Amino acid sequence: MIKKAVLAAVLTCAPLASIAEDFKMAVTTSFANSGLAEVLLPEIQADIDLNVQLLIVGTGQAIKLGEQGDVDAILVHSRPAEDKFIDQGFGTHRREIMYNDFIIIGPSVDPAQAKSSALTVEAFDKIAQSKADFVSRGDDSGTHKVELNLWKKSHITPEGDWYKSVGQGMGAALNTAAGMNAYILADRASWLNFGNKQDLAIVFEGDPLLFNQYAYIPVNPEKHAHMNVAAAKRLEAWLVSPRAKALIEGYQIDGKKLFVFNAQPK
Amino acid sequence: MVTPILPLTLSQVQVVKQGKRILGPLDYKLSGRGITVVLGPNGSGKTTFLRTMHGLEHIRSGRLYWACTTLAARKSQAFVFQTPILLRRTVLDNIAYPLLVDGSTKATAYARAQEIAERIGLGGLLGVMGTAISGGEKQKLALARALVRKPQVLFLDEPCANLDGSATKDIEAILMDEKANGTRLIMSTHNVAQARRLADDVIFLYRGLLHDQGPSATFFTTPATSEALTFLNGGILA
Amino acid sequence: MNDIWAGLTQAGRLIISLDPTLIEITARSFKVTLTATLLSVAIGLPLGAWLAISRFRFRRLVIAVMNALMGLPPVVIGLMVYVILSRSGPLGVLGLLFTTSAMVIAQTIIISPIIASVAHQVVRDLWAEYHDLLISINTSRWQRTRTLIWDSKRGLMTASLTGFGRAIGEVGAIMIVGGNIEHATRVLTTAISLETGRGNFAMALALGFVLIASALLVNLVMHHISRTERGSRW
Ligand SMILES: Nc1ncnc2c1ncn2[C@@H]1O[C@H](COP(=O)(O)OP(=O)(O)OP(=O)(O)O)[C@@H](O)[C@H]1O
Ligand SMILES: [Mg+2]
Repeated sequence: MIKKAVLAAVLTCAPLASIAEDFKMAVTTSFANSGLAEVLLPEIQADIDLNVQLLIVGTGQAIKLGEQGDVDAILVHSRPAEDKFIDQGFGTHRREIMYNDFIIIGPSVDPAQAKSSALTVEAFDKIAQSKADFVSRGDDSGTHKVELNLWKKSHITPEGDWYKSVGQGMGAALNTAAGMNAYILADRASWLNFGNKQDLAIVFEGDPLLFNQYAYIPVNPEKHAHMNVAAAKRLEAWLVSPRAKALIEGYQIDGKKLFVFNAQPK
Repeated sequence: MVTPILPLTLSQVQVVKQGKRILGPLDYKLSGRGITVVLGPNGSGKTTFLRTMHGLEHIRSGRLYWACTTLAARKSQAFVFQTPILLRRTVLDNIAYPLLVDGSTKATAYARAQEIAERIGLGGLLGVMGTAISGGEKQKLALARALVRKPQVLFLDEPCANLDGSATKDIEAILMDEKANGTRLIMSTHNVAQARRLADDVIFLYRGLLHDQGPSATFFTTPATSEALTFLNGGILA
Repeated sequence: MNDIWAGLTQAGRLIISLDPTLIEITARSFKVTLTATLLSVAIGLPLGAWLAISRFRFRRLVIAVMNALMGLPPVVIGLMVYVILSRSGPLGVLGLLFTTSAMVIAQTIIISPIIASVAHQVVRDLWAEYHDLLISINTSRWQRTRTLIWDSKRGLMTASLTGFGRAIGEVGAIMIVGGNIEHATRVLTTAISLETGRGNFAMALALGFVLIASALLVNLVMHHISRTERGSRW
């Protein structure tokens, strides 16, 4: 009886559905700062009639929003956190979409001589040895976790006056680094879109260790019954489609390609 | 015909503030007609005495009662404060306010307010903010607002303090007029000359006590106490 | 210095070209903040007046709570509202999180105590001034309340404007409960925070200037209204 009434209500509302459905997705600051979203979202709306609303937050908060059921899906780049999210049953599955890379930014004069390094760990080692200022996100974000992992791989415990943990987003941390003329680990997209570079420049890049994999994870409807499963499926199908591939790989800033599409067909 | 609220009887009334007895114990009966003047040096308790009768002070002991219920009595009395309290409204709004509180229609309230304002000499100031007029005009405004409800008893606490001769004369004329209309007036002053001009009978307060009292004819010629005599002669009372 | 100049010119350009995004987020800022201010005025003014006039058992407690709420950083209030409106929270079924309604709720919680507190102060002062007269005239409690509110209307308008100013400039709480979603919950302050994060200082400053200008405009309009009122009525 009630079911029928709901069905009737849904059916009467059906003509209105041509106004795109809302779909909330938590993404990381670095993804939002890349500017790719501004290219993809209108296309998604046009192709599959889905109004994707982005919540731009740190990885930690994105995961939290997914756990609470406040978003329909997350798009993040921190493998251990993603695996835990799925293991605990908050996400249905993990779908890799694309990657970009991290780069080490620093003063253009490069007081630590990090430029001459062959490997990321070597560059990190030189920075620590020289005690040149280094700004860390310190906000438990994906980028922060990658940075900590790199210190670990370099067998260095970063501490001391030179290591500034600012507890802020990528943009704010870059602003701080620019103000102090310090080294910082950033994702390439944020860097290219960043408008306040001052005397900073790329000092190290290209090590596969610095690749940054983005994955799409729909929130599990078994945890949160109100999840829009159909929309989540539609979006996933679009994100791994050749159409998405063309848009993602075609996206450039200052003539530089930012993302490599690497979604595997199922 | 309105029910008369007088006489007002005070029996062994005491007012205590911060552990200090500032009035009484005193017995007093307010009745009859005319103007009673309360005399006494600064701090003798004149203000407290008037406020107590009006019901603004908490009575520590003793009894105070009107000829009718206190509630009925409250509606037929008015008080003009030593420093006028003016609403942040126009002169006309100030005068009409008590009537509006009583539930009069706006039309009647404003008509009556205007009539009384003109009688008291505020006719030219109706639209001016009550807080913007001169000190003497403020006193008149407070008086007009007190009279607007046609009270049976009117308390006035030094209504002419800080006023010059001509303003004082205006106010005294209004008070005499009200007395002629049958309003019972009781006012404090420490201006002996004014007391002589207005008083039908006199109360002399000293150190919170009712020290001397009597019809003006006898009080001013033959006061019963030496303190009252000193006061009348312009002497200083310790 | 350079940034300020760039910000000013950018602000000028955005305003002159009637930039649709700018208009959209400015309109949303106003819609959210005006709604929150109206709600807070409806809550705060009577509450403030009541606290000033009445003596009741938990009066001190209510004032203490009000002051405590006023001292809380908006972010904390944002977080509490988030926890309550989250799908996993007690009011999750309403689906209000990441909507302008959530932002209105957060701002209302932030500024109601401010408005109530200023109103309390204003009415208390006037009550001290009017006390003897209103008692002498034998006013009822309701008549007193009305008189005090009416006669302190200028102070109460200042209270409301203070609340409006706080709300329109607030970013921490509405960022959390609104989510800064483009075309849905993005307002001037959250956009400024976003542009600052992107290092677009000129754009951030431009939005900042628009924010200052609109807040100023509201104050001037309110002042003008009270002035004309004084001219005709007082
Ligand atoms: N709230 C109070 N606490 C303590 N003492 C008070 C208080 N109010 C009045 N008094 C004291 O009571 C005494 C009588 O005060 P009251 O105002 O009645 O005097 P008054 O005769 O009207 O004086 P004045 O001629 O200066 O107006 C004064 O000594 C005054 O200091
Ligand atoms: Mg006195």
